[in-house]
Amino acid sequence: MHIVVCIKQVPDSREIRIDPNTNTLVRQGVPAIVNYYDLHGLEEALRFKDEVGARVTVISMGPPSAEKALRQCIAMGADEAVLVSDRAFAGADTLATSYVVALTVEKVAEEFGPVDVVFCGKQTLDGDTGQVGPGVACRLDYDQLTYVEKVVDINEQSRTITVHRHLEDGVEVVQTQLPVLLTVLAELNKPRRASLPGVLRAARYKPIVWSTNDFSNIDRTKIGLKGSPTIVSKTWVPEPRKVNTEMIEGPTPQAIAAEVTKRLWSSEAASRLGWS
Amino acid sequence: MATEHFDAIVVGAGPAGSAAAYTMAKAGLSVVLIERGEFPGAKNIFGGVIYRKQLEDIIPEFWKEAPLEREVVEQRLWLLGDQSVVTLGHRNEAFKDPNNCWTGLRVKFDQWFASKAEQAGALNIYETVVTELIREGNKVVGVRTDREEGDLYANVVVVADGVNSLLGKSLGVHREWQPDEVSLAVKEVIAMPKEKIMDRFNLEGNEGVTIEFVGNTLGMAGLGFLYTNQDTLSFGVGVMVSDLKKKRVKPYELLESVKQHPMLRRLLQGGETKEYAGHLIPEGGYHSIPPLSGDGWVICGDAAQLVNFVHREGTNLAMTSGRFAAEAIIQAHTKGDFSRVGLSLYDRLVRESFVHKDLKKYKGLHNFLRDSDPTLMFDKLPRALNDAAYQMLLVDGVPKAEKQRMAMRGITDAAGGLMNLVKLGAQGWRAMNG
Repeated sequence: MHIVVCIKQVPDSREIRIDPNTNTLVRQGVPAIVNYYDLHGLEEALRFKDEVGARVTVISMGPPSAEKALRQCIAMGADEAVLVSDRAFAGADTLATSYVVALTVEKVAEEFGPVDVVFCGKQTLDGDTGQVGPGVACRLDYDQLTYVEKVVDINEQSRTITVHRHLEDGVEVVQTQLPVLLTVLAELNKPRRASLPGVLRAARYKPIVWSTNDFSNIDRTKIGLKGSPTIVSKTWVPEPRKVNTEMIEGPTPQAIAAEVTKRLWSSEAASRLGWS
Repeated sequence: MATEHFDAIVVGAGPAGSAAAYTMAKAGLSVVLIERGEFPGAKNIFGGVIYRKQLEDIIPEFWKEAPLEREVVEQRLWLLGDQSVVTLGHRNEAFKDPNNCWTGLRVKFDQWFASKAEQAGALNIYETVVTELIREGNKVVGVRTDREEGDLYANVVVVADGVNSLLGKSLGVHREWQPDEVSLAVKEVIAMPKEKIMDRFNLEGNEGVTIEFVGNTLGMAGLGFLYTNQDTLSFGVGVMVSDLKKKRVKPYELLESVKQHPMLRRLLQGGETKEYAGHLIPEGGYHSIPPLSGDGWVICGDAAQLVNFVHREGTNLAMTSGRFAAEAIIQAHTKGDFSRVGLSLYDRLVRESFVHKDLKKYKGLHNFLRDSDPTLMFDKLPRALNDAAYQMLLVDGVPKAEKQRMAMRGITDAAGGLMNLVKLGAQGWRAMNG
């Protein structure tokens, strides 16, 4: 069983700021982390590896500094990490990114053995599109299972996988054939903390780096800015909603709570909800 | 996986730890540098002065690559009255080329310094807390971390885990601080456009200024500072913890109050506070220095109380002690003896260096400050000095001789009489020249 986990290094969303002039994210000086959802994909792959054995390869497209994110995955227990990095990839939208990521999965399959499962996070914290995972699945011609909140079973004999998909109106239980690409939710699991031997291995580890020259069959019109038809015509920051805030004070917490309850019951919202 | 064995484990990637790890790794020893923060400097608030000499001894021409802020060409000392100031200062072009010191932000500096250790061959690992030392009998043989399978073994452990040194405590060389042995520094980093900083502080290009101030600290023993960085100011004040306790003042209240002084307010206004933080600084001085090594361990930097608070030198004492520790370990490695005797070179190097000599020079100062009335030294006297200066410079028809008498009387009265002033001066001198 060979599992590929796609990760992206993103600015830590807890410390994100927006440039008021350009309305874009300020990435400078913001700590970089592994995209939150991707870590859940990695954790699921590692659990499978721990339980029944599997080879786990982590891949990422990004600048050289993304090596740090890949090392974190090695620390957690991934076997190999590949960084696809080239200036020619810069400016890629989701279409161009999925093209390069799909090529990378194919090359990983060539070099380290056929791929059975690909994990992606459901979306990234910085782009929030959720398009790259499904895009990669289409290009690889794999079945895609999105919004996965539970992997029930991966059966190597019958080459099937059964998962729970979290939909707006319920949970869908689906089964399909391998190879497959999953985009996963945070509900899937709780990512582990790396062990000390893992951390030491990561400190020594040098990720494999591939540039455009390492892909013999790459179509240069499909990568980077050139391969990205997306046009950002306008970005703006929504006006903060103005709310009339009133401080409710009282001699004791109980008195404050009683006053708040009273106000709530007599409010417009309560009557609209049919509470009073 | 078999447990690995290293030549040395360094706990704490501050300046002491990184200096030790760098020096040992460069000599070919296998070194692990363990830091509990997310990255080196993450736990640090220091915005201060980085001196050339001590770091140059470790990394020649470091200023060509290290993230430094401004080249200090002027140092000012301000004695604050309520609404006034008496200033002393020295500016000199001779401080440049090569520079005497720089302002710096340790959040950036520590990352760089630790990365140098990594490039030299050390294994840096972060977000990992060393919970205890592993011993065999009296000998330290490794560390236990908070990670799974978290034991790690080495010939020597370098304890550089900072002012609160948990490991120092476990070695029994580091007891809980007394409130009069540590001061609490509270600091803000205030963002301000470069041009504004350069105009306000009379700077050209990459020049910088440091200002230290005494007085106006609500009658507590302490020192304030204002340093110019590239496009921020480091502003803060450190006071003895015992005084904070006694006066029941919260650290941020003190900082806010100091900010209102007309001299400081003008320099700070329009700036945007980016960070606020507090940190303990060991100030016990010479008498609090613990034994520096034992069987299988050495202790460096703040953890070993190596701070010269009179000259605001902590970082460079830390770096130097880290380097000395590394040199001793390299020698011990050659001889294959990691016992107290084998590591004794470290104690000797520290004793023979400026680290020990400077701390010894001021060894009486701590007791002097502790035993004298802080309101006198840090409030009444600076105030009296301001009044005296005011009297001398005010032209109001009073004869100058009379003015001089009035000015002197103001100062002696503040000290509680001439005898007391002379005594204070003599004690102070002795304390600074022990």
